[in-house]
Amino acid sequence: MNYPEKIREQAEAILVRYPEGRERSALLPLLHLVQSHDGYVSEDGIAFCADVLDITKAQVQAVSTFYTMYKREPAGDWLVSVCTNTLCRAKGGQQVFDALSGELDVGHDETTADGKITLEHAECLAACDYAPVVTVNYEFYDEMDEDKSLELVRELKEGRRPVPSRGAPLCTLRETSVQLAGFDEERTAGLEGNAQGDATLAGARLAAEAGITAPPFDPAAPLLAKEPEEAK
Amino acid sequence: MSVTVPAPRRPREDVLDKLKPVVTKRWMSPGAWKIDVYEQLDGYKALRKALGYSEADLIAFMKESGHRGRGGAGFPVGMKWQFVPDDGQEHYLVVNADEGEPGTCKDLPLMMNDPHSLIEGVIIASYAIKASRAFVYVRGEAIHAARRLRNAVREAKEAGYLGKDILGSGFDLDVVIHSGAGAYICGEETALLDSLEGKRGQPRLRPPFPATHGLYNKPTCINNVGSIAAVPHIVLGGAQWWKDLGSENAAGTMIYSLSGRVKHPGQYECSLGTTLRELIELAGGMEDGHELKFFTPGGSSTPMLSADSIDVPLDFDNVAKAGSILGTTAVMIFSDQDCPVVSCWRWLKFYQHESCGKCTPCREGNYWMVRVYERILSGTGSIGDLKLLESACKNLLGRSFCGLGDGATSCVTSSLKFFRQDYLDYIEGNKPAPFDAEKIGAH
Repeated sequence: MNYPEKIREQAEAILVRYPEGRERSALLPLLHLVQSHDGYVSEDGIAFCADVLDITKAQVQAVSTFYTMYKREPAGDWLVSVCTNTLCRAKGGQQVFDALSGELDVGHDETTADGKITLEHAECLAACDYAPVVTVNYEFYDEMDEDKSLELVRELKEGRRPVPSRGAPLCTLRETSVQLAGFDEERTAGLEGNAQGDATLAGARLAAEAGITAPPFDPAAPLLAKEPEEAK
Repeated sequence: MSVTVPAPRRPREDVLDKLKPVVTKRWMSPGAWKIDVYEQLDGYKALRKALGYSEADLIAFMKESGHRGRGGAGFPVGMKWQFVPDDGQEHYLVVNADEGEPGTCKDLPLMMNDPHSLIEGVIIASYAIKASRAFVYVRGEAIHAARRLRNAVREAKEAGYLGKDILGSGFDLDVVIHSGAGAYICGEETALLDSLEGKRGQPRLRPPFPATHGLYNKPTCINNVGSIAAVPHIVLGGAQWWKDLGSENAAGTMIYSLSGRVKHPGQYECSLGTTLRELIELAGGMEDGHELKFFTPGGSSTPMLSADSIDVPLDFDNVAKAGSILGTTAVMIFSDQDCPVVSCWRWLKFYQHESCGKCTPCREGNYWMVRVYERILSGTGSIGDLKLLESACKNLLGRSFCGLGDGATSCVTSSLKFFRQDYLDYIEGNKPAPFDAEKIGAH
C-alpha cells in the first residue's frame, strides 16, 4: 500500500466533500483515484480505500466489482469503447467493434500485447443521435464506421492523439481518472474542448433559421397572481 | 404496416411552429458554459427573482406552473418539492444525471453546453426545499459534462451564487458534482442514493420514500437534470407562459431526442404533444430507402409502438392511451430494414448486464429471456418459445424489485403484440437466422 503523498492528500480532499460522519460517500471517487495511480483497481488500491474509510477490504471489493468503469486488470492508456446497444448496432456499431477487435487482436475487455489499448463493447453511451459512437477515455467520436474507427486506433497505436468530435483533447486513462475522482480539469484546452455538434444543435438551428423563438415574457412579472394556498 | 413519410426540403410552417427553443437555445452560443456569457444570456436573473419570494411561495408557484419531471415518470415537480418535510432536520437535493437508458441523450448535451442553467436550477430548488447541500450524481462516462459542471460550480461560488449567504439572502448552499462509475441501475433513484453513499447501486424497498428517508436516511428530493434546468426559465417566464408553451394537460417544452433512421437525428425542443410524423418532418424525413416500421416514444423501457401510432401526440396522457409511456422522449426510430426481434434481443442483453442481481425475477428472467431469443434467432426456436417469453414477462412485470425488471419486459410484450410474424419467420425458417446456434451455444 505504498501510495505517494500526493494520492494521500487527494484522498483527504475527497473526504471533506461529504458531510461529517458520511465519509463512506467518498468510496466511488477514491476508487477512481487509485485507478488513476495504478491503471486499475489493484489489491493495493482496495486496501488503501479500506484503510482511508476504516471499512473492510471485502466491503470495498463488493463495490469495486459492481461498477463497469473500475477495471480489474491493468488497462491501457487508451480505453476504446464501442457502443453495440440496439440503436448503434442497427447503424453499424457491431461491425465497428468487430473491425477493431480484428485490428487490435483483442476481444471485449482485453488489452493489446503492448499494454497500450483496451477494447470494450459498451452499453448505451447517451449519444444515440450520433450513432454509431465510439469513445476513447470517454471522449466522443461520433458517427463512426469501420474505416473511420480503424483510422482512429491506428493513430492511437502510432502515438498520436486524434481530436474527438465532442469532449476534451485526449489525455491518458489515468489522467482522466483523476478528473473522475472529482478534481478539476487542469488544461484550459480540456475545459474548452467541444460540446457542440450538428445533432445537438439540430432543433435550435432549424428554429433560428426559420426565425422561430419562444413567446416573449416579462421577467419582472410576479410569480403568483393570487395569494398562494401555502402562505397561511 | 409501413408508412412512407414525405421528406420536404424544409418542414411545413405549421410543423416548424412546433419548435420551441427555450432550454436548448443557449446551446447555440459557443461560450454559454462560461459564467460571463451565461449572465449575458439572462443567467442568474431567475435566482435573484426567486430569492425575493418565500420558500412556500416558490413551491406554490412550481405547482401552479404544471411542470412535470423530465426523467421518465413525469411526476409534478412542485409536489415533489412539497413532500420534503420542513422539520428542521438536515436534508438534501440530489440531481439524477445518470443518463443511460438506451435512446436517451438529452441531459449530456445540456450539461455540456449549458451547465450553469442546471446549477442555477439547483440553487433555486434547494432554496425552495431548504436544503443546504446538493449533489449532482453524473454518470461516470459523462466526463466532459462533469468537467464543465465542476467549472460552473467554481464560477458560481466566486460570483457569490453559491456558498454562504447567497446574494445576501442568508441562504447557504454547497454543491458537489459526484461522478458515478458505470451502472445503469443507478438511474433508479434509490439505487442512486445507495451508490452516492458509497455502496453497490441497488434499489431500496419503498416505503419509506426518499422524501422522508433518502440520502443518509434524511429527507431528500431527487430530480432529473431536465426537470431542474427548466426551473430558471419557468421562474423568469411565469407559470402561464410555461403552460402555454405546451399543449392541454402538458405544460412546457420537451426535448425530443430523435435517433435512428431519420436524415438529421438530434435534439428537437418542441411543445409537449408533438407527433412522430411532425418530428420526422423536422428531422428532414426518413433516411433514403427506409420506411418507418416501429419506434420507442421514450427509451428502451417504453413499449415500442408501430407505424400506426405516427399521429399520436407524444405527451404523457396520449402516449399512455396508445399503450406506451412517454418516458424521456428518447424517440428511437426504426425502419423496415431493422428487425424488431434482433432489437429486443440486444436490449435484453443490456438489461441482463445491468440487472443489479438483487431480485430473482430480474436477475434470472433477463438471463433466460436472452437465451430464448438466441434460440429463436439461430433458427432453432419453437412456437412454445413465444409462450415462454410471455410467461417470463408476466413473472418480471410487477414482481421485480424495481423498474429495471419491469422496463425489460416492455420491448418483449410490445414486439410480440405488433410483430409476432417476425418471430414466426425465424421459427418457421422463412427468414435466415442471423446467429449460428452452435457458435452462440443456443440449444
